[in-house]
Amino acid sequence: MRGFIRLLGGLTLTATAGTGAASAATLPQLDREFYASQVIWLAISFLILYVILWRFVLPRISHILEERQDRIEGNLERAETIRREAQATAEAYEKAVAESRAAAQAVIAKARDRMTAEAAAHHAKLGQRLAAEIAEAEGRIQEAKNEAMAHLRDVAVEVASSAAERLAGERVDPRAVGKVVDRVLKERS
Amino acid sequence: MANPLHQFEIQVVAPIHFGDVNASLTNSGVFMLITVAAVTLFLMFGMRNRRLVPGRWQSMAELSYEFIAGMVRDNVGNEGRRYFPFIFSLFMFILFGNLIGLVPYSFTFTSHIIVTFAMAMFVFLGVTVIGIVRHRLKFFSYFLPKGVPLVMAPLLIPIEIMSYLSRPISLSIRLFANMMAGHTMMKVFAGFVVPLGILGGWAPLSIDVALTAFEFLVAFLQAYVFTILTCIYLHDAIHLH
Repeated sequence: MRGFIRLLGGLTLTATAGTGAASAATLPQLDREFYASQVIWLAISFLILYVILWRFVLPRISHILEERQDRIEGNLERAETIRREAQATAEAYEKAVAESRAAAQAVIAKARDRMTAEAAAHHAKLGQRLAAEIAEAEGRIQEAKNEAMAHLRDVAVEVASSAAERLAGERVDPRAVGKVVDRVLKERS
Repeated sequence: MANPLHQFEIQVVAPIHFGDVNASLTNSGVFMLITVAAVTLFLMFGMRNRRLVPGRWQSMAELSYEFIAGMVRDNVGNEGRRYFPFIFSLFMFILFGNLIGLVPYSFTFTSHIIVTFAMAMFVFLGVTVIGIVRHRLKFFSYFLPKGVPLVMAPLLIPIEIMSYLSRPISLSIRLFANMMAGHTMMKVFAGFVVPLGILGGWAPLSIDVALTAFEFLVAFLQAYVFTILTCIYLHDAIHLH
């Protein structure tokens, strides 16, 4: 090991020979006088650096990196939650609109049914009243006709009797006249 | 012409001795401390407001965090989280050490083999200890890959052990040699600028400009390579292939 270093030092020396080789008879790196002091100060300074970095600096950096990571993840999560909420709201809105539309349709249908029913009822009632009035009127007409028919027979009997009396010059039995008139009326009607 | 190796010389800033041990604060140690301060300032300044939407500085701090976190996750797996602070510190330390070393008149401690070797050895020993603690004796099955005929074992096991033991060497020399070679080359070309005069000096100067850009790439790349190899060794220790 030591021999190797000496060899390497020798090579370097030959490479830079002629540039004051006399004063650089030994490479400063191979001067063992300061080996101990360099190792001691290396140990001291590296230990100081290690303790500072390990205790103070690295926790700070890792803390801020974690915080940033958490923050980013938190923000993403919150964005996702808000997105989901917005979607739920939109769905609720759609549902409410659909429901109210259905309700309005139902109200309209109900109103239309009621009005149709009312109109039908009115119509039926009117029809009934008219039918009653028609029946009554027909009855009255029938009555008048019967009455007129009854009068007609009497008048016919009377006319026939007086005509027969005038033609034959004698009184005709009103009963026989009535019979004939009845028969003729029957034939004619 | 200035000695291109002068930049690697160690200068004592504050002499400290513990018995026979020379623990003096040198320019190398000073730049290690400057690197620690720079990394701390960079990250603390970047994270001072802790904004949810980061600014430029905070983005850079977070980017370096996520870069190493991704590297650990991809190369070590979930078990690597425990070692993340260490790997992150390692990367930032080497990267800032390399980059600060590019500032003129500064010192590059990663161009010293003892520094890179100490780091590589620490990684190597640490990874080996983690492997043995996790797998006990089964750890040594690492040196005999599965599905290999037993006849091959006498040949393969020494090779595997050799390649395992050479890890800290290759890891440390790669970083050290890259930093030293780059810095030396820059100094060599820089040394030609003034002697070649107002007409000829432009050639080495433009090469140095290109080399500076290249050295920025190397500074980052070597920090990356050192760190990712550490991750891969850690993965091997945890998962055994």
